[in-house]
Amino acid sequence: MGLELYLDLISQPCRAVYIFAKKNGIPFQLHTVELFKGQHHTDAFVKINPLKKVPALKDGDFTLAESVAILLYLSRKYKAPDHWYPEDLQARARVDEYLSWQHTTLRSCCTRAMWQKVSYEGKWAGTPPPPEMLAATLGELDRCLQMLEDKFLRDQAFLTGPHISVADLLAITEMMHSVSAGCKIFESRPKLAAWRQRVEAAVGEDLFREAHAVVLKAKDLPPVVDPALKEQLKLSLQCLLY
Amino acid sequence: MFAKKNGIPFQLRTVELLKGQHMSEEFFQVNCLWKVPVLKDGGFLLTESTAILIYLSSKYQVADNWYPGDLQARARVNEYLGWHADNIRGTFGVPLWAQVIGPLIGMQIPKEKVDHNKAGMGQALQLLEDKFLGDRAFLTGQQVTLADLMLLEELLQPVALGYNLFEGRPRLAAWRARVEAFLGAELCQEVHGSILSIWEQAAKKTIPVPPPEARPFMLLRIARIP
Repeated sequence: MGLELYLDLISQPCRAVYIFAKKNGIPFQLHTVELFKGQHHTDAFVKINPLKKVPALKDGDFTLAESVAILLYLSRKYKAPDHWYPEDLQARARVDEYLSWQHTTLRSCCTRAMWQKVSYEGKWAGTPPPPEMLAATLGELDRCLQMLEDKFLRDQAFLTGPHISVADLLAITEMMHSVSAGCKIFESRPKLAAWRQRVEAAVGEDLFREAHAVVLKAKDLPPVVDPALKEQLKLSLQCLLY
Repeated sequence: MFAKKNGIPFQLRTVELLKGQHMSEEFFQVNCLWKVPVLKDGGFLLTESTAILIYLSSKYQVADNWYPGDLQARARVNEYLGWHADNIRGTFGVPLWAQVIGPLIGMQIPKEKVDHNKAGMGQALQLLEDKFLGDRAFLTGQQVTLADLMLLEELLQPVALGYNLFEGRPRLAAWRARVEAFLGAELCQEVHGSILSIWEQAAKKTIPVPPPEARPFMLLRIARIP
C-alpha cells in the first residue's frame, strides 16, 4: 500500500494538502473522511490519527497528522520543486515564519468566521451566535488580512517571496473558507485579489476549482438530522463560538 | 534557552512588554506586528519562535536531536509544533492575562472564561500525555527536541501562577524533570527566574502598569479569550 491521505475537502488544511499532492503529481490513495458524518470519530480513523482530525497521512507504517508537518514531509520525500519549501536558509525561514504565524491568526479566525456566519444565517446546526460575536470575528478577520498584507505580502508576488510556496496554499485555502461563507474579503483588497489570481494561475484553475468544489457548496449542506450526530457536531463547533 | 544551551553567541536586546517597549517606533522597524521574539542577523529580520528556532538549528548546526535530519523524526517534531500552535499556544497563556495583566489595566476576565480555560488546559494535557508523550522519554522520541522546549516554556506560565499542572500527572512531571535536567539547573534558573516570581512581583506591586499605547492591543487579546 503506497501513500494514503485522509482528507475532507470541506477543511482548509485538507485542501492545501490535496492541491500540493495533485500539483506535484504525488501518487496517493484518497480516503475521504466526512466530518459532517462523524467519520473522524470512528475506531478505524482513530488508529490513523488519535487526535481525530484531518488531514492525516499514512505512508506504510508511518502515520502523520497536522497539515504543516504533512506538507513538509511530502515536499521533502517526493522532492517537490524547491520554491514550495526552499533549501536556502533565509528563504525557508520566511516560509516557516508564515507557517507558524498563521495558526493563531488566519487559521483561527477563518474557521470561526465560516461557522459563525453559516450558523448565524440559520443553516443546519446549533444555536446561532449573537450578532456581536459574529461582528467581532469578522473584525478580527479583517485585521488578520491587513497584517498578512502588511507583514507578509507587501510588494511581493507571493507571501514569502517571488515564487509560490506552501505558505500561499495554506493562506488561499483559509481565505476561500471565508469566501464560501459569503465574506467578501477580496473585493476591498486589490493587492490581495491580485495575489489570489497569481496563486490560482500557479496552481492551475482546474485543480483549484476541483479542490474547492465541496466548500463552495457548504452553505447548501442539508441540515444534520441524526440526533446523536447533531449533538456531536454541536459539541465540536461549540469551541468555535467566541 | 536554546541559544544559550547551544553556545550560540548573540546580543540580547530586552524588550519589556509590560513597559510597552514593543510599541515604540524603533521596535516597529524590527517587527511591524509589535511582537517578540525577533531575530536580527545582519540585515535579516525574522519573527515567530518556531521559525527562529529552526533557523538557529540550521545555521549553527546544533546537535541533530533538536530538529532531526531524518525525514520521519523531523515530521514528528513538525507534527507536535503544529498541534502546539493550535492547542497550547494561546490556551496556556490565559492565566497570566487573567491574573496579572488584566488586573493591571483594570480588566476583569469573567469566571466562566477562567473555568473554561482551566478545562481546556486539562484536556490539552491529557492529549499531550496520551498522544505525544505516551511512554517515551520526550515528546517525539527518546531525545529532547524543539518540541520539548516549546512546551516547557508554555507550561511554566500557569505554573508560575499557582496552577499545579503536574499534580496527578506523574508522566508529565517526570518529563519536565528530564527536560530541565537536560537543560541544566543553572540555565533554567537564569531563564525562568523572572516568570516563576511573577506572582510575587504582582503581590508586591512591582510590575509596571502598561502605558496607554499598549492597551488597545491588550484589550483585543483579552477579547479573544474564549
